[in-house]
Amino acid sequence: MSMQTTPIADTTQDLELSERLLAPDGTRQKNPELDPFVADVDAAQLRALHRDMVILRRIDAEGIALQRQGQLGLWAPCNGQEAAQIGTARALDPIDFVFPSYRETGVIYARGAQPGDFVRVWRGEEGAPFDPAEMRIAPLQIIIGAQTLHAVGYAMGIKHEKAPEVAVTYFGDGATSQGDVNEAMVFAASYQAPIVFVCQNNHWAISEPVAVQSQYPIAGRAPGFGIPSLRVDGNDVLACMAAMRWALAHARAGKGPAFIEAVTYRMGPHTTSDDPTRYRDPAELEAWRTRDPIARLEAHLRTAGELDDEQVAAAQADADVMAREMRAACLGMVTREPLAVFDNVYAEPHCGIDRQRDEYAAYISSFEGV
Amino acid sequence: MTEITLGKALNAGLRKAMSDDEKVVLMGEDIGKLGGVFRITDGLQQEFGAARVIDTPLAESGIVGTAVGLAFRGYRPVVEIQFDGFVYPAFDQIVSQVAKLHYRTQGRVKMPITIRIPWAGGIGAAEHHSESPEAYFVHTAGLRVITVSNPQDAYRCLQQAIASDDPVIFFEPKRLYHHKGDVDLEASLADAPPVGVARVLREGTDATIITYGAMVSTALDAASAAEDDGVSLEVIDLRSISPIDYDTVTASVRRTGRVVVAHEASREAGVAAEVIASITEQCFEYLEAPPLRVTGHDIPYPPAKLEKFHLPDLDRILDAVDRVLDRPNSLTGAES
Repeated sequence: MSMQTTPIADTTQDLELSERLLAPDGTRQKNPELDPFVADVDAAQLRALHRDMVILRRIDAEGIALQRQGQLGLWAPCNGQEAAQIGTARALDPIDFVFPSYRETGVIYARGAQPGDFVRVWRGEEGAPFDPAEMRIAPLQIIIGAQTLHAVGYAMGIKHEKAPEVAVTYFGDGATSQGDVNEAMVFAASYQAPIVFVCQNNHWAISEPVAVQSQYPIAGRAPGFGIPSLRVDGNDVLACMAAMRWALAHARAGKGPAFIEAVTYRMGPHTTSDDPTRYRDPAELEAWRTRDPIARLEAHLRTAGELDDEQVAAAQADADVMAREMRAACLGMVTREPLAVFDNVYAEPHCGIDRQRDEYAAYISSFEGV
Repeated sequence: MTEITLGKALNAGLRKAMSDDEKVVLMGEDIGKLGGVFRITDGLQQEFGAARVIDTPLAESGIVGTAVGLAFRGYRPVVEIQFDGFVYPAFDQIVSQVAKLHYRTQGRVKMPITIRIPWAGGIGAAEHHSESPEAYFVHTAGLRVITVSNPQDAYRCLQQAIASDDPVIFFEPKRLYHHKGDVDLEASLADAPPVGVARVLREGTDATIITYGAMVSTALDAASAAEDDGVSLEVIDLRSISPIDYDTVTASVRRTGRVVVAHEASREAGVAAEVIASITEQCFEYLEAPPLRVTGHDIPYPPAKLEKFHLPDLDRILDAVDRVLDRPNSLTGAES
């Protein structure tokens, strides 16, 4: 008799095994479990999601262009992940608090970021583009997976206060190998904290395919921590929204954490410093091009007679306005004066930093009048 | 004044801080029912509940990382790392998040987190239970690093650390946990000296011994022994090792002209190196002899039976004093 062991997953099948409401050709599929969560989503709301994704893709293209033109030091493209980001983020309540990684441009957009906010960090002007308390979103996190623990701690505070909010954290497939992400799930489950984990499995951690991170479907790990999970087609904006609404309702109802794996694809490079042609099969990219999240929703709406050329052009025009404002904000940024490097190292007076500031001020002023 | 142990003083300080501010929460391994492996949190979970005195999973990065999240929400988490040598799994969260979030957010997000670390050797413990990792944190901008050497400071400085809007790494010399001293439990914190100020514990004229933590007692013993030999030593307890109160330090050096800096931690790139470099920069012309370090060796912390060969003791401090005073010493031979 052979031992019954956990099956090894074929991660290339992840997408086929994901929950879905819109097929790649835009056909609406029935899903008895997810359908109730988007029963209220009408054509107008779908058009709004479409517009969001069009604008996000334009923001992303402008970010890349600004980097190529020397205006930004770096840009981390989210092209291809529009549905995973917009679908989940548009399900949030304004009171919820988000802890993102660095690729969540769409989540920041959905939280109300201003045009300059998308570039302020990548231009190297500031460490955080906005006031986290006001926007209900933490600054982007570069250390892989570190923010997941912050979200759990925040959720522990929510639970302590019996507040109605939910903490949400975004991370990628690569992050799931980090100790912090696993510890976050342990803590979240132990304290039954109101948190939603959103893993965008975009198949690549720079050059490493997801199989290097996991030989088992990522969503399948969460139940091992005692956390219910869903794996959705991350290029299906409606399924992403439905899954997120399920997860948020679960957490808000006091049932503890929930986990979503959105199976998507990073169409661009890891960052503008990366060259995916060195490690990625072009055929894979082409296969994913046929699953484009924007084209999918557009096909669905057009077939239903709910979207015409004029409306698509209007969305594109809005996107171009955003890009122009983003560029203008970027070019108009004024770099802080030299002594600003000493600001906010500490919240309270600090004799060590005061001394160094004074020394550097004296050094700088020695050039005056020279 | 009440005579209590350093451990009890810390316990009283935590109780006071929790009573004064409901946003103060304690987190750590075994800190609830057990009261911590050193009983520093004894009785606090019973008094304040499991939601404010939180037994955590055994994951140091998780403890500090969730404390960051609580700080985002306006809490003042006080984290207990069970032993000095267990802090390293949390190093990334401390260095990359706790220390930098205030800077990263241009002051919009405060990190009023206190990380308590039972610290250093001398108790015959197993590996990883006797380390002095303070230099790593002193080197990290954004953190404050506080050490205590007596019950009064333990009671007061811990409350000050918790009240601070900056993150504080708070080192508790575990071999002094049972040492007793007078503590004024009634005095207002507002009347206490600022936490960053060093203290001259003993005035002297021939040389200055600068130290902190458990080594303060050793330095005071050395000063008493030297007095019998006609040598007058000044002893400074730095208390805060980041930032360091150089006003107090250099005022002393300007008087004595001779300096010995002592700590248990290894020598290379340690706190003593920093102190001596700063003294040299700031009052070189007052020095009568090269400042000396008396430290742990640059070795992994040795097995317990050998720790006495690693830890600076009274004789090693006095030998360094003899060297800075140009008296017969271990390098010159007794009769030089």
